[in-house]
Amino acid sequence: MLNNIIDFIMTGNQTVDILLSILLALDVCGIIAIVLDVVLGLVSHFFAVKEDETVKKIRQCLPGVNCGACGYKGCDDYAAAVAQGKAKPNLCVPGAEVTANELGAILGIEVEAPEDVVAYVHCNGHCEATTKKAVYDGISTCKAASMLYAGPDACRFGCVGLGDCAAACPSGAICLQDGIAHVDSSLCIGCGVCAATCPKHIISMVPQETAAIVACSNTDKGAQARTVCKNACIGCKKCEKVCPHGAVTVQNNLATVNYEKCTGCGACAKACPTGSIKCVQFPDIPEDVNPRDLVK
Amino acid sequence: MDLFKSLIVILLSSVLVNNYVLARFLGICPFLGVSKKLDQASGMGIAVTAVMLLATAVTWPIQYWVLEPLNLGYLQTIVFILVIASLVQVVELLLKKFIPALHKGLGVYLPLITTNCAVLGVAINNVTDGYTFIQSMVSSLGVGLGFLLAMVLFSGLRSRIDETGIPKPFRGLAVTLIAASFISLAFMGFAGIVDALFA
Repeated sequence: MLNNIIDFIMTGNQTVDILLSILLALDVCGIIAIVLDVVLGLVSHFFAVKEDETVKKIRQCLPGVNCGACGYKGCDDYAAAVAQGKAKPNLCVPGAEVTANELGAILGIEVEAPEDVVAYVHCNGHCEATTKKAVYDGISTCKAASMLYAGPDACRFGCVGLGDCAAACPSGAICLQDGIAHVDSSLCIGCGVCAATCPKHIISMVPQETAAIVACSNTDKGAQARTVCKNACIGCKKCEKVCPHGAVTVQNNLATVNYEKCTGCGACAKACPTGSIKCVQFPDIPEDVNPRDLVK
Repeated sequence: MDLFKSLIVILLSSVLVNNYVLARFLGICPFLGVSKKLDQASGMGIAVTAVMLLATAVTWPIQYWVLEPLNLGYLQTIVFILVIASLVQVVELLLKKFIPALHKGLGVYLPLITTNCAVLGVAINNVTDGYTFIQSMVSSLGVGLGFLLAMVLFSGLRSRIDETGIPKPFRGLAVTLIAASFISLAFMGFAGIVDALFA
């Protein structure tokens, strides 16, 4: 078979014919491509739009997460707004102080550092504290799982633990441990993508210097909350009574901390019978690390 | 007179009967992607119509004056894609220069016209249907207008859908696809109507 083909190709003029037809096809395609190339070149030369150099420079300083924490559609949009003076240069949360300073340098103005925030998962329902009400065997995302009878967990408010937030996190700051998500604040750039992703809405952005925090999102009444999770907030209001600064309030059977009033004395955490209020310290991103480099 | 009549038939049949989106299911990507707002949908429709007309104006001569005399008909797809891709680039540059708002609104869907099968489809179908140059241009205009019509109708429908209480499982893409299928069914009512008009 192969020999036949080789014989066929090698017989006299046919070889030349085949070669010529291949060359012809190449030539035709090549010439058409070159003509189109020239046309494109001319058009892009004569109808070029001058892009603002400042916008380009600003865009290069932004992390490129397109998280929307600044309130604009993405880094491109924010860069354009900053260049036009419509937006303050310190709105980029992931870029933090470094980016704000760089933008200030480009624009030639003094810039206040943006507020440092980190993500926190308001749930402490790890696998020893709570149980599952069903075995979920479907699509392995929190969003899908929580659409089915509010998720497989006994607590309908808690972390589903399938890691939608970890998958969405641009800096790899979230890990799953004992069935719930944990944020490593020294890697968290504060973009808020996880908070927007979580189908249970139990991740919130809190100030970096937060000292006391409620690790529960259950708004059911105490007895019911307690049956589904040992670590649930039962809304007993002990924290509200012991707080000397009026920073803790219980609404809807769930304690909330006013981070501005909180001094971090820790009275609420000591008083809490279920340990759902915790004293915390969020280590910041190390000084020598540029938050931009954390984005993968 | 016959020529005029044939042009009218081609125009009407490519707008209504053989609507590329709703009857032949070509160019679904921008149909579902950019049909949320009326202004963007009509902008996309006009951009696609322009690209189709330009593409036909360039591909028809290439087919009949270059490829066929040289027996290179098998290069049709490659050469047409090359031409269409370059034309889309040209249209994008022109839009960026003259209508920046539309350029921004269309976003990623504009370069996607490059791979819009409706554009390649109309260029190739004009050849397979054996149209003359004028017939090809009219056919492309008709297909483009048909695309525009489908986009405008569908964007109107989608804005109505947004205002109604759709059951949760149907929200988003699901109800969009169902609505698209209804419009497509409705367009099947045009089948045969053009031939009957001139019978």
